[in-house]
Amino acid sequence: MNIFFQQLLNGLTLGSVYSLVALGLTLVYGILHIPNFAHGALYMVGAYMAFFATGSLGANYWVAMAASAAAVALLAVLSERLVFHRLRHAPPLHDMIAAIGLLLFLEAVIQAVWGADFRRLPSPYPQIVRAFDLTAPAQRLMIIAAAFGLMAGLHLFLKRTILGSTIVAMAQNREGAALVGIDATRVSMLTFAISGALAAVAATLFAPINLIYPAMGHLVIMKAFVIIILGGMGSIPGAIVGAMVIGFAESFGAFYVSTDYKDIIAFALLVLILSVRPQGLFTRGVR
Amino acid sequence: MSNARLPTRALLAALLLLAALFPLAAPNGYYIYVMSLAFIMAISATGLNLILGYTGQLNLAHAGFMAVGAYTVGILTVDHGVPFWIAFALSGVSAAVLGFFAGLVSLRLKTHYFVIFTLCVGFILYLVIEKFEGLTHGTVGVIGIPAPPAIGPVSFETPVAQYYLVLAFLCLALWVMHRIVRSLLGRAFVAIRNSEDLAEALGVNLMRTKLLAFVLSTVYAGLAGGLYAGFVRFLGPSIALESNTFDLVTYILVGGIGTLFGPVLGALVLTWVTQSLQFLQDFRMIVFGPMLILLVMFFPQGLIGFVQERRAKRNTREKAAPAHREARANA
Repeated sequence: MNIFFQQLLNGLTLGSVYSLVALGLTLVYGILHIPNFAHGALYMVGAYMAFFATGSLGANYWVAMAASAAAVALLAVLSERLVFHRLRHAPPLHDMIAAIGLLLFLEAVIQAVWGADFRRLPSPYPQIVRAFDLTAPAQRLMIIAAAFGLMAGLHLFLKRTILGSTIVAMAQNREGAALVGIDATRVSMLTFAISGALAAVAATLFAPINLIYPAMGHLVIMKAFVIIILGGMGSIPGAIVGAMVIGFAESFGAFYVSTDYKDIIAFALLVLILSVRPQGLFTRGVR
Repeated sequence: MSNARLPTRALLAALLLLAALFPLAAPNGYYIYVMSLAFIMAISATGLNLILGYTGQLNLAHAGFMAVGAYTVGILTVDHGVPFWIAFALSGVSAAVLGFFAGLVSLRLKTHYFVIFTLCVGFILYLVIEKFEGLTHGTVGVIGIPAPPAIGPVSFETPVAQYYLVLAFLCLALWVMHRIVRSLLGRAFVAIRNSEDLAEALGVNLMRTKLLAFVLSTVYAGLAGGLYAGFVRFLGPSIALESNTFDLVTYILVGGIGTLFGPVLGALVLTWVTQSLQFLQDFRMIVFGPMLILLVMFFPQGLIGFVQERRAKRNTREKAAPAHREARANA
């Protein structure tokens, strides 16, 4: 029972982290229709910013998270201004190659400053929670709570505020949004800022039970891509459901199938699903 | 037409002569080694250019297919004692077979979906190579791959001989690529790149043509990998990493996407730029990353594309000029 519960908890933790990353990715895709390969680098920079704030500046964990979110949001907005905005009329291939260039650049800069070594971020809540015969590390519970809190907040922001609904409007219909006076530039800057902040928060939440290193974003971003393909690119509920599917598949796969191959599971699942349904699981229509 | 061709032919002969004389001019063996490696990467990039530059599909699993070819040679020669040249031929076959099935699934997807899917395929290849220790030796890698043995009286023991072998393969690869892109099939590839809908309306079988381009490009990747295995003689899982595909994309973009010699030029230029920036090594991407962005922004045709564009402009101006004068005289 306890082992099963552990896997459930692991799956939920992974799913939470993945959904925060995938949400940022899917939001940006909804607005600009570019797969932002640099998103994984933003995630990685977020972890290093939190590491820097707690380690070198001695900041509190939550302060570090906020600082990291702000820094990465700024970085994301800068990337939109300097790169993606300028390429908005270019063929899609150019966007993707530029995103790859950004990814390579950010990784190299981080590696130049902090080196290629593995780093650790101490957990603010190292204790273990016990209830009804079940045990759970507090950090994992915190990840789940924070992620679901953020998702709820994002949902309210997109549905209940004018600013949030401008994002939804532009994702639905670009020309229509422009016709009713929505400033496309402001919306895409806002979207990039949100996606960057989400990536940084996800990284800061996940870092205490994981390692920090320059290539840490690779696997996460690829899984996030798998997730948003499964969930339908641009779809917000799809991103959350997809993230949970991948999270659970991975945690149960690692336990019941093989730890070595747990990272393949997500990709094998994608290959399998796209072989049967090239349009993804939750989408209709052609692309 | 023949007038315009002449300088190109002369230029080609001069380039070939330069490449043939390079080992004599090289100050030491290291230069020959670096140049040979650049040629191998150029072969691989030429293959990627077929699917990316001519057919317009960004396949991010290309390094994975190169690794498949390299490991075919490595495993067959080291673990099973298969003669090198047979293993080398099989490296193209194994990459093609895998490419066929990968293409069958991935080419049903378009644009971004295709790119992300191939990124995942590349990563699966990497993970399988890393984890399947029984077959691939895992992270230890394949050690002690034999050098290409002699063909008849010609032996490839020395680095200089291997340099010429690689150069010969590069020339062969370029000649075959030239024949492909000049054929009707090559025009079909370009038609797909320009507009899939239009190509289909013209009677191009989209799926079959794209699959053919994909498989051909993986054959190039596989053979380049096989050559790499025989040249470097050690293999680790890292050659399948997507960062190697990114390197190849950079070569193509710098040299000129969708041009025959672009990938070669890019591979050579960037290899030597990297060599001269030795102190940067791991940090070379601090320079190359922004360069990639600036290239797609301001210089999307690359070096060769830029030259071709200028030449085309000059030609149209020269043709337009007499017509202009005539028109004015008439008026």
